[in-house]
Amino acid sequence: MSSLTSQRALAPIGTAGKLFAFGLDVARSLFRRPFQTREFIQQAWFIASVTIIPTALVAIPFGAVIALQVGGLIKQFGAQSFTGSAAVLAVVREAGPIATSLLIAGAAGSAIAADLGARKIREELDAMMVLGIDPIQRLVVPRVLACMLVAVFLNGLVSVVGVAGGYVFNVVLQDGTPGSYIASFTALAQLPDLWQGMAKALVFGLIAAVVACYKGMNAAGGPKGVGDAVNESVVVTFMLLFIVNFVMSAIYIQLVPPKTG
Amino acid sequence: MGVEIKVDNLSKSFGRQLIWGNVSLTIPAGEVSVMLGPSGTGKSVFLKALIGLLKPDQGSILIEGTDIASCSEKDLYEIRKLFGVLFQDGAMFGSMNLFDNVAFPLREHTKKSESEVRDVVMEKMDLVGLIGAEDKLPGEISGGMRKRAGLARALVLDPEILLIDEPDSGLDPVRTSFINQLFIDLNAQIDATFLIVTHDINTARTVPDNIGLLYHKHLAMFGPREMLLSSEEPVVRQFLNAQTVGPIGMSEEKDADELAAEKGFAMPPLPPIPLQLEPSNGVPRRSQREPGAWCRDNGVTAPPGSFQANMSMVTGG
Repeated sequence: MSSLTSQRALAPIGTAGKLFAFGLDVARSLFRRPFQTREFIQQAWFIASVTIIPTALVAIPFGAVIALQVGGLIKQFGAQSFTGSAAVLAVVREAGPIATSLLIAGAAGSAIAADLGARKIREELDAMMVLGIDPIQRLVVPRVLACMLVAVFLNGLVSVVGVAGGYVFNVVLQDGTPGSYIASFTALAQLPDLWQGMAKALVFGLIAAVVACYKGMNAAGGPKGVGDAVNESVVVTFMLLFIVNFVMSAIYIQLVPPKTG
Repeated sequence: MGVEIKVDNLSKSFGRQLIWGNVSLTIPAGEVSVMLGPSGTGKSVFLKALIGLLKPDQGSILIEGTDIASCSEKDLYEIRKLFGVLFQDGAMFGSMNLFDNVAFPLREHTKKSESEVRDVVMEKMDLVGLIGAEDKLPGEISGGMRKRAGLARALVLDPEILLIDEPDSGLDPVRTSFINQLFIDLNAQIDATFLIVTHDINTARTVPDNIGLLYHKHLAMFGPREMLLSSEEPVVRQFLNAQTVGPIGMSEEKDADELAAEKGFAMPPLPPIPLQLEPSNGVPRRSQREPGAWCRDNGVTAPPGSFQANMSMVTGG
């Protein structure tokens, strides 16, 4: 009985270990030739096609909300001329990667988990292994790379659309001056902010794809299992992404000194 | 030429539940063997262990000197090129049409030009009677067609070993007879080692050279067809003749009380042994034996009426 309880208590650690081992398998297969260029391009196109429009649509209100909140706060401090700068900082450093991660996990991750899960329960993955082809090399590696690539691009899209949305809101609704919004862009923000946004997006894309592939490939128990796998992959990815986002932000703030003057 | 599969002392459990243990058998090269067993005795698990999709807990599976149960991932992918496997539902790739499905192994493993690929694929499609359906998606065709398409894909790399999981589930009796005839003709043509997992008695009685029976977590018997069909062993006898009297119950094996209650009933007499299916072109297969040869060599009297042409396929008595 006691062993049963301890087994249950330790189960999540086992799952985390398996997920990590799966990630290592993917990393090892990354260098195995032949590289599946065709699958990679198809997947990148597919992921981009399911995420671009929702991302743009999410980015506009995201930028607007930040402009509203920051704009209001800054007005109270009497530093209106820095509104643009603060909005850029918030969008590029945090909002961009987070909005990207939500969409990558929600749209791309769920699609990948559903696709691989369906293949798993139809025995397609078994058939592939039996035909002497490693599904990790053939299916997972191209998906992971495609997800990372698209995440970086989406991050750029969110940053541009978010800043533009913030600009429109600041100028139209909050009576900000266009000149000061744009002129203050570089007052606080600096180039490393952009790099860290991209690095975050890259890591988020990696995590979302690895979790989705792992959950999909381990789906069990018929069609219901596929639904469960999709559900779990989205939930697990969200949790991991928010934790990793916090850690990366903390490290960044330690490493890169804030811009002065 | 076909390759021998030597299984020694194999055991597999899921968690604490033993699926089967101590399974030892040698599937002879180039012959057709059938693995039988009541539902839920782990026949498909056995098949998956043979191709290395499931790692057994104990024992070895030797194929051409490589132990599937303990070899490295790399060797496993290498040895799998000897195999052709037909899964229960065909396991076709849903996103590709039938042509691309069948061409898939060729495109991945060979450097054949697209026109050579086309020739090979069309030859195999013709073999299984699917000419004209190559542009269909797996979702658009019937279960029987999917199965035949799966067979075409399994054959495309000229396998030495062909593993077939329940070829007759979901097929009508006529199609089942056709697919059985196809197996025999294929065996005559390519001399591969065949292992068919099924619980269709008619298939088991007429198709194979050898029969194995998995029952109650172990291998009850494995040997030449005539040995099992003339066997007096209660389990073998009950299963091969589809009777209710005997040690196999509705859910699992019967308990002692039920068996004691049956003591009085004599088991019905063994039905005659039917002739084995022969290749449709009439040229005998290399592994084919003369009807009744095993019974004669081992001094066993076959049940009356055995080995007669045109005998009824009906089993039981």
